[in-house]
Amino acid sequence: MTIYSAIFYLLAALIIATTALAITRRNLVHAVVYLVISFFGSALLFFLLGAPFLAALEVIIYAGAIMVLFLFIVMMLRIEESKRRIFPLSQWIPAAVLCVIYLGMLAVILSGIEGDMRLETAVAVPAAFSMWIFRHGWLAVEIASLILLVALIGALHIGRRPAAADKKEAQ
Amino acid sequence: MIDGILGFAVLLVKIAVVLGILLLLAAYLVWMERKLLGRFQVRLGPNRAGIFGLLQPIADALKMVTKEDIVPDQADRLLFLLAPAVVTATALLMFAVVPFGPDLTLMGKIVPMVVSDINVGLLFVFAMSSLGVYGVALGGWASNSKYSLLGGIRGAAQMISYELALGLSLVPVVMLSGSFSLVEIVRAQARIPFVLIQPVSFIIFIIAAMAESKRIPFDLPEAENELGAGYSTEYSGMRFGMFFIGEYVHIQVLGALVAVFFLSGWRGPVLPGPVWLLIKMLAVAMVMIWIRATLPRFRYDQLMEIGWKVLIPVSLINIVATGALMMLF
Repeated sequence: MTIYSAIFYLLAALIIATTALAITRRNLVHAVVYLVISFFGSALLFFLLGAPFLAALEVIIYAGAIMVLFLFIVMMLRIEESKRRIFPLSQWIPAAVLCVIYLGMLAVILSGIEGDMRLETAVAVPAAFSMWIFRHGWLAVEIASLILLVALIGALHIGRRPAAADKKEAQ
Repeated sequence: MIDGILGFAVLLVKIAVVLGILLLLAAYLVWMERKLLGRFQVRLGPNRAGIFGLLQPIADALKMVTKEDIVPDQADRLLFLLAPAVVTATALLMFAVVPFGPDLTLMGKIVPMVVSDINVGLLFVFAMSSLGVYGVALGGWASNSKYSLLGGIRGAAQMISYELALGLSLVPVVMLSGSFSLVEIVRAQARIPFVLIQPVSFIIFIIAAMAESKRIPFDLPEAENELGAGYSTEYSGMRFGMFFIGEYVHIQVLGALVAVFFLSGWRGPVLPGPVWLLIKMLAVAMVMIWIRATLPRFRYDQLMEIGWKVLIPVSLINIVATGALMMLF
């Protein structure tokens, strides 16, 4: 076992453990913190696999922005710890179905030719990565940005106070 | 194998030197700030311990270390203990990608004068900066005190808002240098520092950087007269000291980043590279202290308005204008 694969298994264990902790915590702030550690672990995994650009984006966007907003909301609302079962029985069936589908896909991929292929180690240069994504995936990028724009306009609309309330306050 | 071990040893030495200088300088930056603030306010500043009060930081550090480390009864113990470390560690880690001199040749081997030159250095800085928010937010939450919580929430809101402007203001710099690597960005400024080409970016970056380090006029998270000391209200002893050191390390790192992005980094005549970087860094820190002594604190709505309605639109226009000019010439 090389040192890289040792690091890989260490990170994988960390990610699985923190994710499991994140979904079983009653205290929402603790859950958020564990999820952040899990995202951080995934970022390190990306870095290990030779994709520093993705690693940086993972930390900036998921760990640094989205989870901060989660934490922000949890802190603001002071949500009481819920007393209900953590995994209600009604959630078990969809979870099991998804698991079976996922394991099936994994089995198909692993039994194919790709399963035995050894990939060359490659380090993605940010410029090359961007060139590729804007040349081959431009439609997906445009659709994603359109969705974000729609969400932005929607948020603005919801956040906007009706004109009458503004007037009342001004008086 | 020997090469690997030697390289590792050189790396460790570099890390030790950088950490040592950053932490020592943080202590003396406090001294400089107190001395300068004293002068700005027509008083003397610290002058009892040693000549010119030069031993004051050491006295302060001893006081911090020997004080009792109190954890409030209702606090969330683990997060409470962890939060100051997050603030300081992320601030220190940011310096890992800052180049502080030209490549050195040591025994026939080229030793780059940077702890780690990764090709996404600039994004690494942002990643660390965005993780630093957790120290403030969690510190405020874990204290289980209203003042701390309000300070933590304010801190999180402020840092998220200004991170956007901070990032967008650097897009033109990346466009001009064609790289995320800080080493490459310094190399691209061999002829002319970016402050002359991108004055708008420079101003936006400095304002956003001051907001990120939560200093007057952007110190709402720790507004003394309304929140006690905000997220650090419940902290005592060296844990409070960690928040404090974190703030001053942050100032140094941001000073170094301003130097790297806009003032051509370690480049300069006569003096060696690291000295130039230090001079530029301290000059930026001095301007920050000067602004602190001059301006009153912003109101919360003013703070948000400057971030979202002024800095972000201006930096977006700046990006488009830079792109258009680069297309034309």
